Amino acid sequence: MLELLWLIPALPFAGFLTLALFGQKLHEKSIAVTGVGFIGLSAALAILVSASFISSPPQGYFYTQTLWTWMQVGGFSPKISFYLDALSMIMMVVVAFVGFLIHLYSIGYMKGDEGYSRFFAYMNLFVGSMLTLLLAEDLLLLYLGWEGVGLCSYLLIGFWYKDSANGRAAIKAFIVTRIGDASMAVGLFLLFTSLGTLSIQGLMNLASQRWPVGAPLAVASAALLLGGAVGKSAQLPLQTWLPDAMAGPTPVSALIHAATMVTAGVYLIARTHILFTLAPPVQTAVAVIGAVTLLIAGFSALTQRDIKRVLAYSTISQIGYMFLALGVGAWSAAIFHFMTHAFFKALLFLGTGVVILALNQEHDIFKMGGLRNELPLTFWTFLIGSASLSALPLITAGFYSKDLILWQALSSERGGVWLWAAGFLGAFITSIYTFRIFFLTFSGSATSQVSRKPGVLMTIPLVVLAVLSLIGGFIELPETLGNSRLLSNFLQTALPPLQAVTTDYSTQGSLQFITSVVSLIGIIFAYRYFLHSPQHTGRRENIMKNPVAYAVHCFLFKGWNFDLLYDTFLVRPFLWAARTNRNDFVDLIYRGMAAICRASNTVLSFTQSGKVRWYATGIALGIVILVGIVEIL
Amino acid sequence: MSEVFYISAAIAIMATLMAITRLNAVHALLYFIVSLLSVAVIFFILGAPFVAALEVIIYAGAIMVLFVFVVMMLSLGPQAIEQERSWLNPRIWIGPAILALILTVELTYLLLMKAGGLSGVKLVGPKAVGIALFGPYVLGVELASVLLLAGLVGAYHLGRGGKKIEEASRGVS
Amino acid sequence: MTAAVPLHHGLIVAGILFAVGLLGLLVRRNVIFILLSIEIMLNAAGLAFVVAGSKWGQVDGQIMFIFVLTMAAAEVSVGLALVLQLYHHTKTLDADSANKMRG
Repeated sequence: MLELLWLIPALPFAGFLTLALFGQKLHEKSIAVTGVGFIGLSAALAILVSASFISSPPQGYFYTQTLWTWMQVGGFSPKISFYLDALSMIMMVVVAFVGFLIHLYSIGYMKGDEGYSRFFAYMNLFVGSMLTLLLAEDLLLLYLGWEGVGLCSYLLIGFWYKDSANGRAAIKAFIVTRIGDASMAVGLFLLFTSLGTLSIQGLMNLASQRWPVGAPLAVASAALLLGGAVGKSAQLPLQTWLPDAMAGPTPVSALIHAATMVTAGVYLIARTHILFTLAPPVQTAVAVIGAVTLLIAGFSALTQRDIKRVLAYSTISQIGYMFLALGVGAWSAAIFHFMTHAFFKALLFLGTGVVILALNQEHDIFKMGGLRNELPLTFWTFLIGSASLSALPLITAGFYSKDLILWQALSSERGGVWLWAAGFLGAFITSIYTFRIFFLTFSGSATSQVSRKPGVLMTIPLVVLAVLSLIGGFIELPETLGNSRLLSNFLQTALPPLQAVTTDYSTQGSLQFITSVVSLIGIIFAYRYFLHSPQHTGRRENIMKNPVAYAVHCFLFKGWNFDLLYDTFLVRPFLWAARTNRNDFVDLIYRGMAAICRASNTVLSFTQSGKVRWYATGIALGIVILVGIVEIL
Repeated sequence: MSEVFYISAAIAIMATLMAITRLNAVHALLYFIVSLLSVAVIFFILGAPFVAALEVIIYAGAIMVLFVFVVMMLSLGPQAIEQERSWLNPRIWIGPAILALILTVELTYLLLMKAGGLSGVKLVGPKAVGIALFGPYVLGVELASVLLLAGLVGAYHLGRGGKKIEEASRGVS
Repeated sequence: MTAAVPLHHGLIVAGILFAVGLLGLLVRRNVIFILLSIEIMLNAAGLAFVVAGSKWGQVDGQIMFIFVLTMAAAEVSVGLALVLQLYHHTKTLDADSANKMRG
């Protein structure tokens, strides 16, 4: 069964080719069947392969399948080979399955769009690239997948290209992630030149043998790989592209910018974790970046009006949690949170898509309301998703994963109180902004007519994801609440366990209690301020009247003014330099030569006056000079 | 006797200078004839009577006369003299004068550096010239006659008639 | 009747005459005067030949002078015919008027 591994990324690519070549000629139904069918097959195979892997694991808990040698240049011969272990298996299943659900949803969502086949072609290409990235055994193949998902992200953000604002958002995403990609490429070069191979397992073995902890090369290459991860996962300082990427269709935001692509950075760090453990300063940086980003994004999410932008900032914040976990050495916790986050974030985005369609492309939450009765299923599934995101205690998957991260941030030998405090504050903010959009979207009375209710193809994914958001956490119960360590036991075949300083379960229990209370307080706070009633609107306006509060609000609304910062210090100087160098001072050398030739032509043509006496003067002058030379010699 | 040389040299130089500064073409030509005559005297002093005679007969007597005829044919009139006056302002003499002066200085310097020998010690008569002309230099004589033939034909053709030439040239172009 | 004159004096005279002819060539605009200046230069060159020839007491200097004379004659006749043509075409004797070969 494991030999079918290569089909899992190959089938979506086949789907892409089919739709790219024949999509224009097919009917909508055929396109839907093709697009969803290939992904569905891939997802089914993923589940089968995983089942086979779990039930009868191969030697060493990993399986490698080499297809062919990509190239042989000098001493460099990367192979197209896939590597299945616990880490890539979990991520592969999540990506394929959630991808399948979102494709199913898109059949209904994108109905009637003129780019229907183009959409499914790009989505298939994306899932294929993502699976290649996850299953790659060689860093070069991983980079291929990395670039592929970046490309698809660009294509899909700017899907409705006729509006140039979408194109600009796509370009912004591409350029910002490109900075990260460049950093990662340099990291790959460094790794290859110092260790001689790009095979991941080979690299990890050689690195642990040759480099002591804290070796400069290890620090440099880990830092460069971190640069790439930061770009793709929209963490500080490259987080500015993700809110603008919401210009794409909602299924795109759900798949790419919530569940899968943005977690590629998390996967990269987890995959090369040995390199990061060899570079303690970089690992600390990962944790700090995660902590700071989750706070920045969380605070920004409090003030946004566009519902998708709130969810985008929320994604940045939650991935900050994953980075925090990676940074303190809680590898399994990060992957656990990735899994639960994929479920509830995709659910939230899909629910948002239903709302947007129902209200005729309305994105502003202050113009929504009263949808509880119109869209009951969406109401309940969105509620479950919001509860999971806010880590509502005991019943939601989000609670278990976020709690695990917080506890391990405190108890790890690389963690500490400050990191825990950041996560704790983040949890409070998360529940506020999550329930802010929930209340503003669904409560109160209807302000506008519902025009389009979701079909069955759109509601099935919502239900499935809602169920998973509830029960998905039960595979990893903490010691205080049942101690079922299914996931981390399984992941320990691929990732090392946490180096914990303390295992004081009573502290863990009390901290869990405090976190739960805090998230409930957040919900109550949202309830007090963010409903659709004159009372609540009045309360909000009173706060906004305070100039300090208003200034803070604007600052947070603009995402802590990072766009302005980059514009002032990077974009403007670059544009100024480009404008000043419009005539290209290097080109000046060549144009200078031509200008000199032209000038000498003008000067020399002066000697061709056509007058006989002038020429005679020339002759006389020549005679004088020559005779003079003869004399001097 | 050598004082005669210096006197006629001075006359030649002065006459030439007058020749190039005249406004009237005929005056200039006549001054030049004077210069030629004094050069003939110099030839005589230097013991070359044959070429002295030739200088007078051919150079002064034929070539300059041809010049005078052509100038008269052009019948320039008084406005030509006015034109020359306008063309000959003192300013334009500066550059060429400097050039000519430098050339003279250079030549003089060259010649004075390697001074040596006397000229005009022996008289070389026409008989010797004739023998040489029809002896070693007979080929040159033949070529000179061909050159004169070419000049004759060319001058005849070019000077045949203005209108015919114009029509021919217009017909060609 | 011959007198002994230092060689370089004779040549200096020839040089001065040549320079004067050159001066006239460069200064005058009337083609007649230009041709005249050319004649002056030719004459000066011939003088130099004769002076040099008489130093050695040989006949070659005079022979060269005869050839120069012949060439001057041919050149003058053709040159004056050309001057006439120029005058017929452009109605002026300005040498600077024939500058169509300007660059």
